[in-house]
Amino acid sequence: MTDMSTTRRRLLVSGLAGAGLVLPGAAAAFAQAPRAAGRKLVVIVLRGALDGLAALAPVAERRYGELRGDLALEGGLPAPGPFVFHPAMPTLAGLFASGQALAAHAIATDYRERSHFDGQDRLEAATPAIRDGWMNRALTLMGPDAPGAVGVGQSMPLLLRGPAPASTWAPAVLPGADDDTISRLMDLYARDPMLGPALARALETDAIASGMTSESAMGGLGARGAGPQAYALIAEAAGNILTAPGGPDAAVISFDGWDTHVRQGALEGQLANRLAGLDAAIAALHERLSEAWDRSAILVVTEFGRTVRINGAGGTDHGTGGAALLIGGAVRGGRIIGEWPGLDRLYEDRDLYPANDLRSLFKGVLAGHWGLDRTDLERTVFPGAGARPFEGLIL
Amino acid sequence: MSARDAAIAVNRFGLGARPGDIGTAARDPHAWLAAQIDPSVIAGPAPGMTAREGLVYLQTEYPRFRAEIERAGADPEEIQRQVRELLREPRLAHIAWRTGIAVTTPDGFAERWVRFWSNHFSVSSNTLPMAVVAPTLEAEAIRPNAFGPFADLLRAAELHPAMLIYLDQALSLGPNSMAGRFLDRGINENLAREILELHTLGVAGGYGQGDVEALARILTGWTVGSRRLRSDPEDYGRAVFDVRLQEPGAHTLLGQSFGGEGPQRAGEALEFIAARPRTARFLSEKLARHFLSDDPAPRDIAHIEAAWTRSGGDLAAVARAVITAPSAFDPALLKFKTPEEFLISSLRAVGAPAPNPRQLYAGYVALGQAPFSAPSPAGWPDQAEAWASPDAVLKRLDFATAVAARVGRNARPRERAVEVLGPSLSDATAQAIARAETPEQGLTLLLMSPEFQRR
Repeated sequence: MTDMSTTRRRLLVSGLAGAGLVLPGAAAAFAQAPRAAGRKLVVIVLRGALDGLAALAPVAERRYGELRGDLALEGGLPAPGPFVFHPAMPTLAGLFASGQALAAHAIATDYRERSHFDGQDRLEAATPAIRDGWMNRALTLMGPDAPGAVGVGQSMPLLLRGPAPASTWAPAVLPGADDDTISRLMDLYARDPMLGPALARALETDAIASGMTSESAMGGLGARGAGPQAYALIAEAAGNILTAPGGPDAAVISFDGWDTHVRQGALEGQLANRLAGLDAAIAALHERLSEAWDRSAILVVTEFGRTVRINGAGGTDHGTGGAALLIGGAVRGGRIIGEWPGLDRLYEDRDLYPANDLRSLFKGVLAGHWGLDRTDLERTVFPGAGARPFEGLIL
Repeated sequence: MSARDAAIAVNRFGLGARPGDIGTAARDPHAWLAAQIDPSVIAGPAPGMTAREGLVYLQTEYPRFRAEIERAGADPEEIQRQVRELLREPRLAHIAWRTGIAVTTPDGFAERWVRFWSNHFSVSSNTLPMAVVAPTLEAEAIRPNAFGPFADLLRAAELHPAMLIYLDQALSLGPNSMAGRFLDRGINENLAREILELHTLGVAGGYGQGDVEALARILTGWTVGSRRLRSDPEDYGRAVFDVRLQEPGAHTLLGQSFGGEGPQRAGEALEFIAARPRTARFLSEKLARHFLSDDPAPRDIAHIEAAWTRSGGDLAAVARAVITAPSAFDPALLKFKTPEEFLISSLRAVGAPAPNPRQLYAGYVALGQAPFSAPSPAGWPDQAEAWASPDAVLKRLDFATAVAARVGRNARPRERAVEVLGPSLSDATAQAIARAETPEQGLTLLLMSPEFQRR
């Protein structure tokens, strides 16, 4: 697959300037590393903390209905054990059924506070001491064969920050503020006699202009910005970049809007809309990656989970254990990996118990998909993490 | 409460806090402001063409340029486009320079003071010559006179070429002047009326139509030197006094007679108007409205007015009175920022690299307040009701979103909120920022927060 001209073009595009950019001490890894060529790795970061218990719901758990209240799902798409997939994700469920997707539940980084920023930083840096991304550190280990990397969005995601070269790409037209930001601003303006009514009226006008009721405009389906309906377009663009001649093999995509404190919804509602958007994004990547699908792995992660119990506003608050997905033709799928702690024992009596370590998942993917050496993963990519890699994730 | 006072000094009286500014001002917020009342603090001179150079360019180079593209057979639309393009670049560069000063200056109060007077003596790029000279009045007339006697500022502004052209004084001539007897033109009252109505006494300032006409006659003779007037080429593009245009005789303005021939007649009349009690009153109220509240308290107006009167209109003394007014440091944030104030304070807050001149200008246009394009000689409105329309709030949100996207994940919005709002930061806003999903969203919420939108 990798004739010389392709490789050279790719290196040119990625701007890799040779061994000078590789971290010192990593030279020994070169001999074993190069499994990468042409093996696509996409990381989708769901910013705001996905409610894993909604995406992959343990409906057969004894306390499920009692704990989840109005958020409990009735029905869902088939998954093993006590679980169902949310009905808004047929593509994911289909890929899972055909052995091309797996899930990990009750999984978290080692971060135990509940700030989005710090949680996302830990997700991407994987260690509190280092201010660059684990994906970038992985790239530095891959020597001259390191794949090109692109962050989809205006700024470089922390995952890709560091000494290895990476670029960013953003849609030409800037999306305006998204619906989630607008709804937070509405809350902030609740007691502002001037700005509150002004913003409310503006949204009403906006909604009318796009033929919607203002209620649906506020409920996450608004005409403005990069809501869930834009996820597929972004994924499509990322797929095109990844498969372009000389395109990169690594991409990071961020989808915002998962912080569902208010009116999260169950079968329908704002979270269902986002899950549908994510499902459409997975479908778009599947379609666009096309021939490369068999060499692809898509990791879907979020900074932490959400509370198991519903809060007073029909939503869920920041929690601990969450869910992660690994999807792609290169994935040994059709199963749920790791330990399932159940719902009888909750972390701090509120969150899903973090029985599994996200860094085990990251290590397993980097080892299986890009052939990174265990020692390098321990020493350079996840120093001090300790978590044992999941084995056999990748075909 | 020096931290609270410092936040107010920097945000209400300055152009908004950069990280660190509140800490600097906190040592002594009042002294921090007072130290800026100093002509040497004011930035300038501006780069690019002066008013005179711009006007000479229009009279000489520009017709050549136009003839050239016409000869090349360009269609009228193409000519228009090229002309617009030609004149656009220097204007955008000037706006970028002026924005750069505002975004980076440590002396935000001095720069805000300049901008208050620049908007008070507003000129607009509404015609071809004005597109060239509108930006120069602030640089050439306001900046050098911002902390001197008001009478000097008034004279410099009214007799600046940009003002003379904008309010048609350049075309006004006395019916009984030498030129008036040969030409079928006469007095143009425009400048005289706006001096009385907008720049000094105010619309209810106790003058009548007779006073407007008298002042218009008094001002005759003042024009802009040009080839058409057969001025000395040295005077092309300058404000000049041309006795051939001056209405002879004595004219009674507000009960006072101004006679004699020569350039000093207009200057004497302007000095007389500057010293009127109604001028002190009108401008004290306007200053209180700009700095303190859309509906300023009578005692604040009286405090400024007393200083104005006591000092004979010394703008340094007036500036000191503004920052020592009884309500000056009231914690309630009563002023809603204008779009320009919002844009500048946002860029100061985030410390982002300045956008290029075109992006910057597009930002001003999107927010609805492009510099040097106020819709009337009254300048930009200074009250919330003019700026807080529903669509305007959404436009601000789009701008804040774009700024936050530029800053990206390094935004540190929690820390930044404390740095730029200090004790003005409300618990609700702090909480909303801390709960934001991404640093970009946190920064957007900071810039859109009720307390950042106000000062």
